[in-house]
Amino acid sequence: MLDIPLWKKVLILGICAAGLLMALPNANYSNVERYNDAVSAMEGGITSPELEADAGLWPSILPSNLMNLGLDLRGGAHLLAEVQVEDVYGSRMDGYWPAVRDALREERATVGTIRRQPGPDSELRVRISQPEGMEAAVAAVRALAQPITTFTGVGSSDIDVSANGDVLTVQLSEAERAATDDRTMQQSLEIIRRRVDEAGTREPTIQRQGADRILIQVPGIGSAQELKSLIGTTAKLTFHPVVGQTSDANARLDGRQILVPDMDDAGTYYILEQTPVVTGDDLVDSQPAFDQNGLPAVTFRFNGAGARDFGIYTAENIGSPFAIVLDDEVVTAPVIQSAIPGGTGQITGNFDVTESTQLSILLRAGALPAEMTFLEERTIGPELGQDSIDAGRIAATIAMAGVVVFMIASYGLFGVFATVALLINVALIVGILSLIGGTLTLPGIAGIVLTVGMAVDANVLVFERIREELRTAKGPARAIQLGYERALSAIVDANLTTFIIAVILFVLGSGPVRGFSVTLGIGIITSVFTALFVTRVFVVMWFERRRPKKLEV
Amino acid sequence: MRLRLVPQETNFDFFRFRKVTFGGSVIAVIASIVLWLVMGLNFGIDFLGGTTIRTESRVEVNVGAYRDALQPLNLGDVSITEVFDPTFADDQNVAMVRIQAQDGAESVTPEVIALVEDVLRTVDPEITFPSVESVGPKVSGELVTTALIALAAAMAAMLFYIWLRFEWQFAVGAVAALVHDVVLTIGIFSLLQIRFDLATIAALLTVLGYSINDTVVLFDRLRENLIKYKKTPLMEVMNRSTNETLSRTLMTSGTTIVALLALIILGGDVIRGFVFAILWGVIVGTYSSVYVAKNVVLMLGVNRDPKKPDSGAGTQFGNIDA
Repeated sequence: MLDIPLWKKVLILGICAAGLLMALPNANYSNVERYNDAVSAMEGGITSPELEADAGLWPSILPSNLMNLGLDLRGGAHLLAEVQVEDVYGSRMDGYWPAVRDALREERATVGTIRRQPGPDSELRVRISQPEGMEAAVAAVRALAQPITTFTGVGSSDIDVSANGDVLTVQLSEAERAATDDRTMQQSLEIIRRRVDEAGTREPTIQRQGADRILIQVPGIGSAQELKSLIGTTAKLTFHPVVGQTSDANARLDGRQILVPDMDDAGTYYILEQTPVVTGDDLVDSQPAFDQNGLPAVTFRFNGAGARDFGIYTAENIGSPFAIVLDDEVVTAPVIQSAIPGGTGQITGNFDVTESTQLSILLRAGALPAEMTFLEERTIGPELGQDSIDAGRIAATIAMAGVVVFMIASYGLFGVFATVALLINVALIVGILSLIGGTLTLPGIAGIVLTVGMAVDANVLVFERIREELRTAKGPARAIQLGYERALSAIVDANLTTFIIAVILFVLGSGPVRGFSVTLGIGIITSVFTALFVTRVFVVMWFERRRPKKLEV
Repeated sequence: MRLRLVPQETNFDFFRFRKVTFGGSVIAVIASIVLWLVMGLNFGIDFLGGTTIRTESRVEVNVGAYRDALQPLNLGDVSITEVFDPTFADDQNVAMVRIQAQDGAESVTPEVIALVEDVLRTVDPEITFPSVESVGPKVSGELVTTALIALAAAMAAMLFYIWLRFEWQFAVGAVAALVHDVVLTIGIFSLLQIRFDLATIAALLTVLGYSINDTVVLFDRLRENLIKYKKTPLMEVMNRSTNETLSRTLMTSGTTIVALLALIILGGDVIRGFVFAILWGVIVGTYSSVYVAKNVVLMLGVNRDPKKPDSGAGTQFGNIDA
């Protein structure tokens, strides 16, 4: 009755062995990490003596999956950014203006003259001189609307047109806004990913969170500031005709002109035409370089359309200045010396080499469609992380030793079984975390230590139950069997409830807390497995060999 | 010779002083709530918004000099505390600088952080900043909501699970014990003004898990004994069940506390608050399983005659694997 079929024994011990094997690479973390980097680099076709040496650090037949270390252990930067999705509405409305203007002009007979009115960015307001023609005007603009083809917006069109007196208002429809927001988020994610990749950092996490947020985690980067200047800059590059230069921050502007400050020279402002000649959207390449005086500069190259527009404009405006504007600041405003037909050029400003390198990365990756604000940032230095790992390792070892002494003193040989099961348990947790690519965080280490304390619980329940059954004068074999059987319901209930808590933590938690819930959850599963199966195999194997008449637990 | 935390056969009367123990628990809960209302909690930036900067230097931390240097910046509430820890090296001097969320700033203000770092560097050129954390008021508000939802969801899930597996009286008793544990933990955090942040909420949830674990083991035995001793008065069956599981209760608490003690002493200052909450919760949780959960069940009474219909509608699942 105590028999465990051979296949079951093999299976149970096999799982333990597999767990140990999966956990093994973590014992040699830094070497395996270098090995993994080298292997993936060599798969990408790069070889060098150093990579060859690194690839020899770990036998390739062994598993090489590692647990990820959370930012709190490895050090790095964590940013939560909110994308100002509404920013895009303004430029969308500006984009509609020419079409609306043309449509209304065709109806000039009924609507009279038209003039664009100032209003919120997300609205396009047009005043018509003959209010009685409003119906025709609304119909003409409505005819411009495009049907939307998203799942949620079936049957609706992209713009809402309304009239109030002699003012016609055009704005994006609800469905179109949702679709636009979604597109803005996709673009932002893509551009951030490109920028972070260009900067060559390893294993960044870039995730969309909720409707308008992006979570960015980059291990190993020194400060959140560095990361923010890399991804937080919109990098919107535009080329505008210059109307004039002034030192008056409140200078009067004619319609559709803008006042832009100089990047380096505080107090200098340029009056520019609002509509740019070309924008950074037409850029195909950008590289850091040096100008003829040996100062850092950034070169750029336009695509076909951009090169044509730029060529025509420069040819027509030789001798007049134009401004290169980056994120609402004028970088430089040179005078056009000659037509630039090839679509290439150079931006010189007051850069140092780092700035010119960074600017070229930003221009190459493209501009963010909307501005971002940062809601949360955390930077943890690698030394602090290493300190935490060391402290956690020592604490875990001592905790383990304490529990082992306690168990063996209380249960003797059975305590030894439980101890071996406990070691296997920890190895299984580490092994599973490596296998699923889980992340170990500082609270996660605490979770493992807590599991070490609690994992023996299932064993304790069984052992105590065996003791009780022995007292009612049953034979040892019967007592062991009953002990396992009768403790089962308590073990299942007790662990299921804790597992539910782990699930809630996982669903609602974020960052380190989520890491903790993962280790806690895995720890519950492995501890039930080791208590119910692994120690049982040990007990049964020992019992079969010895056949003791009397059992002392 | 085996270590025995309790003699083989115990026969403690756990209800003898029930007025004292249960009354004591009720008073402790009330006292915790009063403390919480009067002294408040030392909320971390997770819940209040703001910035914490951890500084480290080989030179002794001079809190006064730091404060004087930061004074002219007009940053509002700035708290500077030196951190001591047995795991630190001799020339490792650590301090935490906490700055409140700046008025009107919906997002994090990097300029403020840069400014503070510069000023502190003038006080101590060797200073480094191993961690800088900043949370905007928008996110912190959401974190509070999420934390409360998590706690409520955990309690509701426990209530439902125990009701399903046992009877409703048990579920009420178990959740009463959980509320007791959570409130007492909040109370001690208020009394000692330990920083209360997201990690503390995770710790509270872990405490819930541990406490329910303990309670369930006890209830499981009670259920078994209620079937075995049909005629014995409820209080006696409860006493017997508690005595029978006492050895296990102390054994498991013992190993868990040993592990947590190692972590609290050697695990470093970063997670000390977290571990403390769990340690305290384990102690309180063990107590509450024995003295709170059972008392509540005793007061509510248990329907022991399955033929008589009772509101304990959960019993249909009660014997799933018993």
